Amino acid sequence: MGTFVNCVDEAFQSPNGKAFIGFITAGDPDADSTVKFILEMERAGADLVEIGIPFSDPTAEGVVIQDANIRSLRNGMTTDGVFDVVRRVRERSQLPLAFMTYLNPVFHYGYDRFFAKCEELKVGAIIIPDLPYEEKEEVTGPADEHHVHVISMVAPTSEERIRTIASEAEGFIYVVSSMGVTGVRSEIKTDLASIVESIRKATDTPCAIGFGISTPEQAGKMAGISDGAIVGSAIVRIVEKYGTEAAPYLYDYVKSMKEAVANAR
Amino acid sequence: MSRGRYGIYGGQYISETLMNELLRLEEAYEHCKRDPEFQSQLQKLLNEYAGRPSLLYYAEKMTKDLGGARIYLKREDLNHTGSHKINNVLGQALLAKKMGKTRLIAETGAGQHGVATATAAALLGMECEIFMGKEDTDRQALNVYRMELLGAKVHPVTSGTMTLKDAVNETMREWTNRVDDTHYCLGSVMGPHPFPMIVRDFQSVISREAREQILAAEGKLPAAVVACVGGGSNAMGMFYNFIPDEGVELIGCEAAGKGVDTAFTAATIATGSLGVFHGMKSYFCQDQYGQIAPVYSISAGLDYPGIGPEHANLHDTGRAQYVPVTDDEAVNAFEYLARTEGIICAIESAHAVAHVLKIAKNYTPDQSIIICVSGRGDKDVAAIARYRGVDIYD
Repeated sequence: MGTFVNCVDEAFQSPNGKAFIGFITAGDPDADSTVKFILEMERAGADLVEIGIPFSDPTAEGVVIQDANIRSLRNGMTTDGVFDVVRRVRERSQLPLAFMTYLNPVFHYGYDRFFAKCEELKVGAIIIPDLPYEEKEEVTGPADEHHVHVISMVAPTSEERIRTIASEAEGFIYVVSSMGVTGVRSEIKTDLASIVESIRKATDTPCAIGFGISTPEQAGKMAGISDGAIVGSAIVRIVEKYGTEAAPYLYDYVKSMKEAVANAR
Repeated sequence: MSRGRYGIYGGQYISETLMNELLRLEEAYEHCKRDPEFQSQLQKLLNEYAGRPSLLYYAEKMTKDLGGARIYLKREDLNHTGSHKINNVLGQALLAKKMGKTRLIAETGAGQHGVATATAAALLGMECEIFMGKEDTDRQALNVYRMELLGAKVHPVTSGTMTLKDAVNETMREWTNRVDDTHYCLGSVMGPHPFPMIVRDFQSVISREAREQILAAEGKLPAAVVACVGGGSNAMGMFYNFIPDEGVELIGCEAAGKGVDTAFTAATIATGSLGVFHGMKSYFCQDQYGQIAPVYSISAGLDYPGIGPEHANLHDTGRAQYVPVTDDEAVNAFEYLARTEGIICAIESAHAVAHVLKIAKNYTPDQSIIICVSGRGDKDVAAIARYRGVDIYD
């Protein structure tokens, strides 16, 4: 790989080494708004933004992100449309970016063609919830060629699998905080400290916790245990509520979350 | 490449949260497969509770009327709960019980699999929750009430197209939410490994019996076996033990809906393309960006945008052929079988009957064809009446 630096690796270089990672569904409510929202999240201090490529049947998502996928697809968003959103963001920003989507849209686009576009637009990583360790090889081959990290996920049920998964992880490890699908939770009960400890034994790759995080208090706590907090549904809910006018609300929210993460110890 | 492959198809494309559970399920299944006690318990349930073996019935009037091959019907409609679904469900419920599970969840389309799962749960003293598309709870209201009578909780699914695929989505989400005490009793030869294998094995009793029965009746193997295909569980069960018999044609009948050249179809092999969805690599009805397409069929049980991975491979290798059958053809066959043989079959099974009405005359009277009558049609009577413009309510 020589001197190539993946933008996603730079997301964990804040003073305390902790990242605030925000998620947004591309095309919700439209492409122009998504470009604006991503730049607004950067301005509020987001270290990395995950851009969701909408899928008709997002089986790992709760109702909030399911609805965002439906809104986006209804408004005509496509995989090419999402690449265009990224192109417009890249005209103005070098913010670390990752994609989040399901395997079928990537498979259908063609792995090589998809990851070549990622490389061209400096999208450093992809998160695919229906691609477990056992199946990742068909994707990591073409992704590696284009310097895109395929993010590994660890769940509360992973147990002895953690070691194997972590030892091959790249970019960062996505720690799923709870059982079930994405969505805001009032309480996270999983023993995440011991999961993170198992990960640390196997790798130096940073790990960030997602699923269920919505308050600055939760974000601070999760970033304290790990290397970052990932927030999706709470952000998408703001977009759902304010639509094209969501930018200032997103700014305030992300700023408060980033502060909590920056102060995490 | 990962486990559970049929050619390039199959695999385990599922969230990390469920991976350990799938590995445990496979391990438990492999153990039970070799455990004589499990096998004898299952056989006892199949024989004494479900009513197996099911009959292989010689349809003499149909044979004379069509003037070609001798037509046999494998009567899965006579099983307890009225379809082949019980074969798989009894196996999986017993397996789940051995794994220490106390709760079964399942998707259902027409409601046959939901009813079978609710039945097994009642029998084995397990909790049961069924996920069914809102549109299907409307068109199969009777089956919803049957499930409730059996003690199951039925969740109408209002996401997406509100049909079978969305019911599968919702059941998967629920399983991810609560996996400790819960088994997902998947109803077809689809989903992530080991489900396509487990469901096929439990359904293969259909062709194990049929092969013996046809040899006893005809002294030789059939020229063809024909079954309807949605996800493909009755077809896989009907085909499986005939796969090594190369002279036996295997024909799967897909739901063409209003026609494969319209947008109102569920014929996956005829109109779909390669993709990854619901845990498996297979053929799916989808658009150019891999968004799963809304599908349509008069039959709620065949109204699914994918097909099991082993079928996809049988198609590619040419060992089986898959043909589309329209709503109109299926409804005509439904009525034909009722009038000719006095058998009201499920509208799903009527797709297989319809194809045989077309091809029987291409064979000679010393050849035979077996149709899998996968279920009975009581559930469909009201819908067929509506299709014919008769105003009755179920």
